[in-house]
Amino acid sequence: MPLTPVITEHWDDPQLFTLDGYRRHGGYQALAKALQQDPDAIIGTVKDSGLRGRGGAGFPTGMKWGFVPQNDGNPHYLVVNADESEPGACKDIPIMMANPHALVEGVIIASYAIRANHAFIYIRGEVPNAIRKVAYAVEQAKAAGLIGANILGSGFDLDVVVHAGAGAYICGEETALLDSLEGYRGQPRLKPPFPAVAGLYASPTVINNVETIANVPYIVDRGIDWFRQFGTEKSPGFKVWAVSGHVNRPGIYEAPLGITMRELLDYAGGMRDGRPVKFWLPGGSSVPMLTADHLDVPLTYEDMAEAGTMLGTGTPMLFDDTVSVVKAVTRWLEFYKHESCGKCTPCREGTFWITGVLEKFEAGHGSAAEMDTLMSVCEQIAGRSFCALGDAAATPYPSAVKYFREEFEAATNTPVDEQFDPVASYIFTGAAAR
Amino acid sequence: MTITNPSNTDVTPVEMVTVFIDGVALEVPKGTLAIRAAELLGIEIPRFCDHPLLDPVAACRMCLIDVEGMPKPQPACAQVVAEGMQIRTQLTSPVAKEAQEGVMEFLLLNHPLDCPICDKGGECPLQNQAMSAGRPESRFTEEKRTFDKPINVSAQILLDRERCVSCARCTRFAEQIAGDAMLELLERGAQQQVGTAEDQPFDSYFSGNTIQICPVGALTSASYRFRSRPFDLVSVPTTCEHCASGCSLRTDYRRGTVTRRLAWDDPQVNEEWNCDKGRFAFTYQTQGRITTPLVREDGELRPASWPEALDIAAEGLKAAKSHGVLVGGRSTVEDAYGYARFARVALGTDNIDFRVRQTSDEETAFLVSTIAGAPMHTTYESLEHAPIVVLVAFEPEDESPIVFLRLRKAARDHGTDVVSVGPISTRGLEKMRGRRIDAKPGDEARAIQDMSQEITDALSQPGAVILVGERIAGVPGGPSAVLELAQRTGAALNWVPRRAGERGALDAGALAGLLPGGRPLSDETARADVANAWGIEATQLPSTPGLTGAALIDAASKGDIDALLVGGVELADFPDPERATSAIDAATFVVSLENHHSAVTERADVVFPVGVVTEKAGTFVDWEGRPRPFTKVFADALMMADATVLGMLADEMGTPVGRSDVRGIRTELGTLGPWRGSRTPMTQTPAGATHQSGQTVLASWRQLLDLGVMQEGEPHLAATARPTVAQISEATWIHLGKPEVITVTGPNGDITLPVEAADMIDGVVWLPMNSVGCVINRDLGAQPGESVQVSA
Repeated sequence: MPLTPVITEHWDDPQLFTLDGYRRHGGYQALAKALQQDPDAIIGTVKDSGLRGRGGAGFPTGMKWGFVPQNDGNPHYLVVNADESEPGACKDIPIMMANPHALVEGVIIASYAIRANHAFIYIRGEVPNAIRKVAYAVEQAKAAGLIGANILGSGFDLDVVVHAGAGAYICGEETALLDSLEGYRGQPRLKPPFPAVAGLYASPTVINNVETIANVPYIVDRGIDWFRQFGTEKSPGFKVWAVSGHVNRPGIYEAPLGITMRELLDYAGGMRDGRPVKFWLPGGSSVPMLTADHLDVPLTYEDMAEAGTMLGTGTPMLFDDTVSVVKAVTRWLEFYKHESCGKCTPCREGTFWITGVLEKFEAGHGSAAEMDTLMSVCEQIAGRSFCALGDAAATPYPSAVKYFREEFEAATNTPVDEQFDPVASYIFTGAAAR
Repeated sequence: MTITNPSNTDVTPVEMVTVFIDGVALEVPKGTLAIRAAELLGIEIPRFCDHPLLDPVAACRMCLIDVEGMPKPQPACAQVVAEGMQIRTQLTSPVAKEAQEGVMEFLLLNHPLDCPICDKGGECPLQNQAMSAGRPESRFTEEKRTFDKPINVSAQILLDRERCVSCARCTRFAEQIAGDAMLELLERGAQQQVGTAEDQPFDSYFSGNTIQICPVGALTSASYRFRSRPFDLVSVPTTCEHCASGCSLRTDYRRGTVTRRLAWDDPQVNEEWNCDKGRFAFTYQTQGRITTPLVREDGELRPASWPEALDIAAEGLKAAKSHGVLVGGRSTVEDAYGYARFARVALGTDNIDFRVRQTSDEETAFLVSTIAGAPMHTTYESLEHAPIVVLVAFEPEDESPIVFLRLRKAARDHGTDVVSVGPISTRGLEKMRGRRIDAKPGDEARAIQDMSQEITDALSQPGAVILVGERIAGVPGGPSAVLELAQRTGAALNWVPRRAGERGALDAGALAGLLPGGRPLSDETARADVANAWGIEATQLPSTPGLTGAALIDAASKGDIDALLVGGVELADFPDPERATSAIDAATFVVSLENHHSAVTERADVVFPVGVVTEKAGTFVDWEGRPRPFTKVFADALMMADATVLGMLADEMGTPVGRSDVRGIRTELGTLGPWRGSRTPMTQTPAGATHQSGQTVLASWRQLLDLGVMQEGEPHLAATARPTVAQISEATWIHLGKPEVITVTGPNGDITLPVEAADMIDGVVWLPMNSVGCVINRDLGAQPGESVQVSA
């Protein structure tokens, strides 16, 4: 399957991040087209395009927009979730740095569609360079009359606020993000009410991922049929794949949904030193892992589900045979323990517990009974925590044990570092060393 | 003496849904939460974060249940039931049972096993539910998380963080109920902990409630921590004696000593809350008590036997030609009735007043004509659903804290418009989402007369309420104006006194011109009713109203009153303490009924010890007019109630007054019932003079936590009082050169204290009335509404 650069098409233009650069490549044409249409027509277009959320859950975007009650007298808000913090995910930040105007244009169109006069872009606080790029793009768009009062004479008013988060993984959870944006401590909110009914400042709110919104101008500009020529029936369109791990050319590859890991791996130059793929995750640490047996499964929402995992953020991480699964899982759980917001018991206490036990395994002090305990604790978290963070934290261990039970068994008597030389996993040679 | 208005029984039809819980069909109102519906069937789903008066948060996950059609177990505390919903609890669903056991195992991971030394042990929801919903053994063998312990979130409230299960009840209480969002969860994950900002302790008037609703032993009070075990305590339901909010309390004692007081659940009154004064201020009951009768000999008080003291008191009172009776504002109804009856029957006088504070003839007329013995028409419940509540000379958070909580709830849940007529927008008003109609103290009547059409229209809606505080007595034309406003708009008018006993004393007739049940003394039928109940001839009753308030004090200080009978009065509480003291000094014979030594006992000729609330049964009548009866906490207490002592004294004088035990008095009061005859309408008093421009007017009231004698002996409570600060408007503050400290000068002298600019009108200075370093009656000698000098 060929690469299909759309959002990334002109990333070789160092001026793409400027308004002129973006316009030079056809930027803001979609906005002009959108503003001539009825907002509902745009919602219809996005619905019919079949665009699904690129933040991880894959919820149909047009449907989400359609949930916003119309003529309810309340202000509506668009919030862009740019709090990209999933371990392994690195696609929104590059988009914001290289092509911020695609996001800004998408924001204006989406706001127009859902009748929001205020939009917020909530960017992860640890990436000041991305914040600066987006803030600059918004500033330029304002200066050019693309944001503000009566945009392009349409009568549509919009203000866009770029907001920097303060460094919490939980703030990528959409309702925690809203609390954080309102100035509160970021913790997920009780649903219902759902954000589409009572979100930011208790008003109807749409929360979309950066990549989702960046798709919008292209769909509006080029049409449904163009968009649907990529991907599958249930997973139409293209995806900004961020491939990382033990590959020779880690990076961003934009290709249609339905491409396989094997094809993407080819674009990424194959595994370092020709080593085999041991395990890989299609979209962040929160999705179950796959093995070399799954390299030919199409990367779509539906095929990934069938393979027992999720497409997630669409940012594959590949690990070769130098890596201890026990160690990888322990690192992820340490992350979840550190990032668990503390609100609900299963996630708060469960991540604390699992991490402690996994660290024993890593030191070679695990036991068979504790493998059962770990599985049981994961089952006590999954589906019982307040938000998806808990579910995510309960994912790595069961999926690892499914494919690599023997490694945990080995860790009951031998320290992991004795089984797997840690240096081998992080020293790159040859092509990959660049 | 009060009856419930039958028109309050209107019921709005509620839409019902049928749900099935563990297979049992149940009809509940639409919108009911699953956990509440299960309770109706007697099914207790274990829970920690759930509290019926707090917004659901679904954080602890203890109450997970199985709902048909839902892939995951759902928290019962947040699951709204729907028609036909099939709910399975731990009783019938293995999924729910296992989920709950899992959560319990998690909760115990980091919880210390210190139950044997924990205050909560024995009454601990975590302990109890670990037994009912937990697995016998934990699989957790790692090291527990620990914290330094304990930390003070306020001078009174201590926090042992390692015991906390992060249910957020305390933080939600602080934010939602009290409006004092000074408690917050900090940090993340297992490090999550309750805390405060460094410079902002949890000095909420309601902080003690967090201890009570804490489902573990994480929050304790400095005053009770490590004092006893719950299973060693005997609990008695009681009523709070501090203010007219009328809280139901639970008093716990061990070996004859009260160890703690808790808010008792009374949905109609205090719900499940009380204030910190009601919770912690009870040490006065055991400190500085008078234990025997005392008589004065050679200028010194000496202990005496009851017969001797009664003899001397009876002789002294009989020898006197004129009498006056001063009753404190915290008497029970029964005791106040005892004084009212004793004054008329034994002393033959109508010189009686219960108001140890600023009074006016206009207020007397207002109370007699409008409040005394009136049926209950406005309740806490009606406050909650009122479209508008107008406050006049009343600061609920300080002067009736449970009224404050209900008004905050009304504003928060039902959008009630709270409007305060006064000079200052306090934090309390802000927490009630209230707004202000400007009025300098003393000028409220004019502000009411000039009230905008918008407000009067709102007050004309059904359910509108006007609440006036006791400070209306200091507003010339104030009582007339509020009465006129109520009549003009149809709004319900209520008087909210500050002290627990005032409404009851009024209803009991402990006020000149007024007989029990709101009977006007001047009315012949009323006198006949009462004489009949008291077993005397109507002609034996005084028929012209006696002296009240300042006139009574003035007459006594001029030597016009020979003998004074004083019960539970602090002279420092009179607006002019010096004059009140001279009144006691001037009387030739003074009998004092007191439980502790005071400025009155120092001057009395005979002192009778009487019981405090734990030693007697009685009734307080709250601001609603709702009787709040309570029983003796210590059944074997030897101390007698005031009324009992007065009965003995009357016998000794040869003028028996009838049954003086609580049951007897209640029967007598019940037989009398409220007055149904006509009342003399009060004559309208014109609004007082507008203050001259250039003058600074004093605004002041008693803060909830201050130098009140019943708060003595509680240093931790006192340390949570508001700092003593003067408040002036920003413009005045700037005009004075932005001082840090100001001096306020009145007739008696000056007070210097820190100042802060507040949202208030120019030309007014607010001072706390009786706080550390600011005792207005004594040091300033000015009352609210009077002019003072302010200098930087």
